[in-house]
Amino acid sequence: MRTVRLFSRFVWGSGELVLRGNRLYWGWMFFLLALIAWGLLAFVGQVRGGLVVTAMRDQVSWGFYIGNFTFLVGVAAAAVVLVIPAYVYDWKPIRQLVVYGELLAVSAIIMCLLFVLVDIGRPDRFWHLLPPLGHLNFPQSILAWDVLVLNIYFLLNLTVVTHILYRAFTGRPYVKKLVVPLVLLSIPMAVGIHTVTAFLYNGLAARPYWNSSILAPQFLASAFCSGPAILLFVLQLLRKFTRFEIADEAIWKIAELMAYAMFLNLFLHGAEAFKEYYSGTQHLLYTRYWYQGIGGHTTLVPYAWSALTLNVLAFALFIVPSLRRHPVILNIGCFATYAGCYIEKGMGLIIPGLTPDALGEIYEYAPTLTELRVAAGIFAFGFLVFTLMLKVAVPISLGEFQIDRTGGGEALERAESA
Amino acid sequence: MYRSLVLPLVLASFTAGATAPAPPAPRPDSKAIQGEVPKTSEERLEVPPPPFSEGIFPCSGCHESMKPNRTRRTLVDFHDDIVLKHDAEHRWCLDCHDADDRDSLHLASGERVSFEESYRLCGQCHGEKLRDWKAGIHGRRTGDWNGHKKYLLCAHCHNPHQPHFKPLAPKAAPLPPVRPGQKRGTTR
Amino acid sequence: MSCGMDGDLDLRAGLTRRGLLTGAAGAAATFILTACGPKRLYEAPKEQLKKAVADLEKEYKERTGVDVSVADTPPIPGVVFAYALDISRCVGCRRCVYACVDENNQSRDPQIHWIKVLSMNKEDGVDLTHSDPYYQPATVPEEGRFYMPVACQQCRNAPCTKVCPTGATWTEKDGIVVVDYDWCIGCRYCMAACPYGARHFNWAEPEIPKAEINPKTHVLGNRPRRAGVVEKCTFCIQRVRNGRYPACVEVCPTGSRKFGNLLDPESEIRYIIEHKRVLVLKEELNTMPKFFYFYGT
Repeated sequence: MRTVRLFSRFVWGSGELVLRGNRLYWGWMFFLLALIAWGLLAFVGQVRGGLVVTAMRDQVSWGFYIGNFTFLVGVAAAAVVLVIPAYVYDWKPIRQLVVYGELLAVSAIIMCLLFVLVDIGRPDRFWHLLPPLGHLNFPQSILAWDVLVLNIYFLLNLTVVTHILYRAFTGRPYVKKLVVPLVLLSIPMAVGIHTVTAFLYNGLAARPYWNSSILAPQFLASAFCSGPAILLFVLQLLRKFTRFEIADEAIWKIAELMAYAMFLNLFLHGAEAFKEYYSGTQHLLYTRYWYQGIGGHTTLVPYAWSALTLNVLAFALFIVPSLRRHPVILNIGCFATYAGCYIEKGMGLIIPGLTPDALGEIYEYAPTLTELRVAAGIFAFGFLVFTLMLKVAVPISLGEFQIDRTGGGEALERAESA
Repeated sequence: MYRSLVLPLVLASFTAGATAPAPPAPRPDSKAIQGEVPKTSEERLEVPPPPFSEGIFPCSGCHESMKPNRTRRTLVDFHDDIVLKHDAEHRWCLDCHDADDRDSLHLASGERVSFEESYRLCGQCHGEKLRDWKAGIHGRRTGDWNGHKKYLLCAHCHNPHQPHFKPLAPKAAPLPPVRPGQKRGTTR
Repeated sequence: MSCGMDGDLDLRAGLTRRGLLTGAAGAAATFILTACGPKRLYEAPKEQLKKAVADLEKEYKERTGVDVSVADTPPIPGVVFAYALDISRCVGCRRCVYACVDENNQSRDPQIHWIKVLSMNKEDGVDLTHSDPYYQPATVPEEGRFYMPVACQQCRNAPCTKVCPTGATWTEKDGIVVVDYDWCIGCRYCMAACPYGARHFNWAEPEIPKAEINPKTHVLGNRPRRAGVVEKCTFCIQRVRNGRYPACVEVCPTGSRKFGNLLDPESEIRYIIEHKRVLVLKEELNTMPKFFYFYGT
């Protein structure tokens, strides 16, 4: 009974916390809510008119939505980058940041599921996937695997962060016997969600661009770049706007890890490009469509070269210790990494995989305004969830939101500065 | 509207397809009735009427009163619309049409065959085609895949005097995919 | 308590606690059975299928005003369907495309064609990369070109059924790959997996003029579809399970299209395999199509 009372006070207190904030906080919230509404309206139009309002067609049957889904699975998986050194090597400066990585993972998975939901033709039949009401074609369908691992990963991270935060709220240390195994489990799970997502495409012999065993490792490499890039932004913002102290060391370490991941990412891309161009089979077409275009069909070429440039730039900036330690260059590097990986996954993975189509036809896909609006809405929703969770997590980490001190459930005034 | 563009010979094949009998119930034991290929050439295959030009048959209608002229020549008075593009170098009318029985054709052996059995005549040179046709592989059979089948004669698709299959007007190409709000034809 | 709605006092008196519990347990059991029981046409027992079919007929009548009959004809034992297409004879006239559209109630707007006829360069041979589905000359065949119509290859090792997350598509006992339009969630994974571009998505609500609706349908075939689901060629399941030839076979003016029972040594298909040389599209993918291309001459 005591636990229930305490937990309800935790939830109640969290509710109160997120309803308080300064002008900047509310401005940010209203901005996100406006984006969500804008996206929602576009989605309503899409549900009414059918997916014909997107630029997807039989020739290119997946597009921007699935690209974003894939990118965000990578972001979700990236929490592991922080978990590994923190728990395996017991590296303290990063350990306190793990909770934020996991919160990011939780928000990213929510966005992933939303991107799948808006992509399917009959979102009202989503339950067909959920046994016992529905039927999951497991283990045959890799999509069934993906549904499974994404949900397990989601619950895993949610459990760990809720537990850690709740225990901190009650002023007690977290239960090691529970957290450590779960965190250690989340390491293979993170690798798992991204590997399974890569296998989703990798297993399709019909699409030579995806049917390359380098795909899964390359997915992981790019995930370990883009996920931490977002986190570095977040950590710097936290440092700026809260009393939260984050050691420079931790940030530099993450940037260093990103440089290695980016090297691997570029190397694997290079290996794939070599194979395609040197052997020069008909399968080269897809890679050529991405980097050079085919005939007059060159929609993706600018994306390809900006992604490559940004990635190379990010690598160059982060591999040199003195550069990644410079506060401005650090952020340029983060931005380059994020943008490079986003373009590479959002546009460069899905669309060239389907162009030319299975019978050799070229249809030039580029997202419509509806798709951009829906995507913006989903990102806004993800950021909203992340912001709300931070609003609770940060005061707890700082010891500003605790049961002993709040007494009757009152949160400390200081907590509203996020 | 496309059908009117199709040549009469092909049209004949269309109507033949349209008048195919209603299908019988599925017969699981269809093996026995599959591949109703006659065992001997004497056995008649079910075919629609031969595709004569209107009012031309029976040939004896005109020819009965005429004395056969068996000299190879270019026809000028009648049938001058027929241009032979079927090994014309070696062949002329009476190699296939019978001079003594004008309503029949004849084989190289001299055996007379009716126009309904003209495939036997064609098969003298095109033996492999005849074999495939009987098996339902060359040309078109209608009916049931597991039951009764109807054949078309060679002449339903190939003009015996100019057997090359006539070009057709294709039906409309599929519409290329377009983005929302984009007008057709701006991409291609 | 307000459980006695008919106001019968005696009955209400008879409603004991145990009776209520039994009723509740029964309702729960019904719910669980419904929840865990067959949902897909794939596993529906006969009576359920009959009811589903009757419901569909009613729905179509209300929606289209046409008396659409929905058959649930089962596979014929001892029959596995296969198809063969003579690429030395096809002239690319596309009569099959439109016969298929009419027979199988494909959406006119947005346009869905289950058959795509590819025009290819004779010098290149079978080369999908340089093929053209949009050719429109005055007459066909064109000089230097040959034609390859492509639709569902009814693979024995079908990548599309393997990847479907909800089990909404499967191979029937007679070898026809079908879709349960009421179970498909429209994720389009099967479209990504299909090496033949044979699966088509209803990007918007399909439109067919009322007069052009083919009322003779099969529950796993040409019955009207809705927006947001995938559809494909079924070898005209509504015809072939009744002994008829598919619509495309019947209409082909050159007789390039052949159809029959793969298990019957006397069938047209087996004759072709025996006497002609056949090939399948993208054999390296090991999809094992039951759709053979052959050179008749």
